[in-house]
Amino acid sequence: MILNRRQILLLLPAAAVAWDSVLAGNPEGSPNYKMSEHWWGMLIDITKCIGCGNCVRACAMENDVPEGYFRTWVERYHVSDWHIENPEVDSPKGGMDGFPPAKAEGGKNFFVPKMCNHCVDSPCSQVCPVGATFRTPDGVVLVDYDYCLGCRYCIQACPYGCRFFHPKKHTADKCTLCYHRITKGLTTACCEACPTGARQLADLKNPSDPIHAFLKTHAVQVLKPHLATGSKLFYNSLDGSVR
Amino acid sequence: MGEFKDIAHLIRLAGVFLLGLILFLVFRSVTIPKSFGRYGPFRGAALVELSSRPLAFAGHEACENCHPDVAALKAKGVHKSINCESCHGPLAKHADDPGTVKPVLPDVAQLCIRCHSENIAKPAGFPQVNAKEHSGGQACNTCHQPHSPGFDAGGKK
Amino acid sequence: MEGFMYPNEVELQWSILIVLYPYLTGLVAGAFILASLERVFRVEEVKPTYRLALLTALAFLIVAPLPLQLHLGHPERSLEMYLTPHRSSAMAMFGFVYLWYLMAVLVVEIWLDYRRDIVRLAESSRGVKGLLYRALTLGSHNISPAALRIDDRVGWIITLIGIPSAFLLHGYVGFIFGSVKANPWWSTPLMPVVFLFSAMVSGIALVLLMYMLTCAMRRVAIDMRCLDTIAKYLFYTFVIDFALEMLDLIHRIYESDESFRSLDFMVHTRLFYSQILIQIILGTLAPLAILSFTQVINFSVAARRRIYAIAGVLTLVGIFAMRWNVVIGGQLFSKSFLGYTTYKVAFVTREGLLSAVALMILPFAILYVLIKILPPWQEEHRVVAEVHGDD
Repeated sequence: MILNRRQILLLLPAAAVAWDSVLAGNPEGSPNYKMSEHWWGMLIDITKCIGCGNCVRACAMENDVPEGYFRTWVERYHVSDWHIENPEVDSPKGGMDGFPPAKAEGGKNFFVPKMCNHCVDSPCSQVCPVGATFRTPDGVVLVDYDYCLGCRYCIQACPYGCRFFHPKKHTADKCTLCYHRITKGLTTACCEACPTGARQLADLKNPSDPIHAFLKTHAVQVLKPHLATGSKLFYNSLDGSVR
Repeated sequence: MGEFKDIAHLIRLAGVFLLGLILFLVFRSVTIPKSFGRYGPFRGAALVELSSRPLAFAGHEACENCHPDVAALKAKGVHKSINCESCHGPLAKHADDPGTVKPVLPDVAQLCIRCHSENIAKPAGFPQVNAKEHSGGQACNTCHQPHSPGFDAGGKK
Repeated sequence: MEGFMYPNEVELQWSILIVLYPYLTGLVAGAFILASLERVFRVEEVKPTYRLALLTALAFLIVAPLPLQLHLGHPERSLEMYLTPHRSSAMAMFGFVYLWYLMAVLVVEIWLDYRRDIVRLAESSRGVKGLLYRALTLGSHNISPAALRIDDRVGWIITLIGIPSAFLLHGYVGFIFGSVKANPWWSTPLMPVVFLFSAMVSGIALVLLMYMLTCAMRRVAIDMRCLDTIAKYLFYTFVIDFALEMLDLIHRIYESDESFRSLDFMVHTRLFYSQILIQIILGTLAPLAILSFTQVINFSVAARRRIYAIAGVLTLVGIFAMRWNVVIGGQLFSKSFLGYTTYKVAFVTREGLLSAVALMILPFAILYVLIKILPPWQEEHRVVAEVHGDD
């Protein structure tokens, strides 16, 4: 196919845009989304969580999570007095149906939602033998279901217990930060369903994202900081007893 | 030190290994997925697959486009920051085809109590009740308008 | 389930097959290192077991990937580990260590040592067997003294490379566990070393038992000088292994970090039988004790044989228990340190007990075939000649 000058002049800008999108990392399924413009995390505000379990149910419905497995779950903590190393924790069905009513029993009580931390230095993607789990250029840790061997090394390597072995796909599975939603400008299913705003999706690369102001004015923690996973799941008011 | 004929078998052995290596490299170049390594040490096409899942939740903006009246009512009350699908469940199918797909109204008996049943672990100040003591078993929407449940905001039925 | 576990932790991920895998590769490494004692360190006494040890290593190495294949969710994708290995993954790199060890070390060393016999058998056999031997000669029938001297030299170099390769083979398996910072039962720099020494112990014990067994089956006298030497090396290696395990234990108890209480409880409850009774008492202290007796007291030949056999069996059971305690133990407690789960071994499923038993028997079946194709022993009169220190 020989191109004349006019055709080349028309094709070049198109090619440039296409090349640009390849460089910017544009997953073709979401045409207006450029991976290089985003760095995803999440903020969880313990002072707001009411343990209703909306997030667990919404995630299961949005992502077809098999029953008995959890991409996100809620734990209830009871810490008596100064014994922060021995909390009592429960999570009936992951908090899927909320929590049974509980009267005052002294001590400190609160809910802690958990999910994948989408770590910058994720130990799970470090150990995957074939590159079936990886961190995207926009900071989301994902699993390639068509490539995963199902060796389960990543499940062993995750310190937060957020991975599981999918009983039908026979691959590892976990929270995808609703990648199919956030690349379309929507928020995650769990954040959409949360009635109190305890869960907030955060785009750390977006200067106008409210997380930046929040991080400046609140004391936030991550889970298991001593493991240096680079967790991007920030908790407000996370008690020292939380495991 | 040895003559060539004395190491010929070793050369053959090396040849077998070399052949195996070449066959492996050829096989590899044919079977590796084309998009592997495009964005990192993984199959680039996976990003397309993972971002193309169908939606179950439409997102509150989609609801508010067609139901501005409810949105306005809600914006006046204490439920103003609760998204529609928190209570109404995933409705992307309805948003795509409102005429055909009709949402099922949530069961009030289960719905309200999930957030508002008293539990010591809920944050202080969050409105919690013991359902039996509070309403004697009556459904919550007997007295409260779910979209704007506070009586001050005119939500009483 | 007891206490609190993260909801996804209740189900175990790595089953009895993943216990079997380090056990099998450990036997390979141990058998090979025993063989290399003769070749590189010129421990003449163990020469009667040299070829047997190599064939044993090969039989077990062939079976070693099978438990992994049965375990994988998608075994048909397992080649991906060679096509797109993720360089930061110990498991991926291990695929190449395995391949290197199998092809460049074990197969080459066996081929070089057996070449003279292969050529003779190629020339004297007929039919399918003859075809097999002729293929194994790679077309070269040169078994002149010069060629054989070169073979010996190259074989020596291969064995020399093979020793660190064997260390790497099983040390890597230890690293696969030891590098998981999320799991405090596994995460320790001692893990590769402990795995390696326990592998050597189990491999030496296996060769000791195989030697006694094959001598009995062939109705041939056991070379006691050989057997005594193997038992001596078993004892020494065991002492080192025991010291390493004790070091790990004492360190944990002393430092008593965040995980200690939870792990301690787990050992005393969930792992009581497998760790305290079987691994420590039956599998380590008992064989160490009876072997130490043979080192200081002069027992009769019959008594020594019995003691070695018992020690060998106890060792093999104990090292299996050690693998069990590491792999299964590491999954019985919650990473929140607040709870425990249980492992129920299935029976007939893909990853069940039946599969594990079958996979333990298979290497012996393969070894039987290997012994038929590549006989480790010469004819009767040559065996007698070996016993008298010739060859």
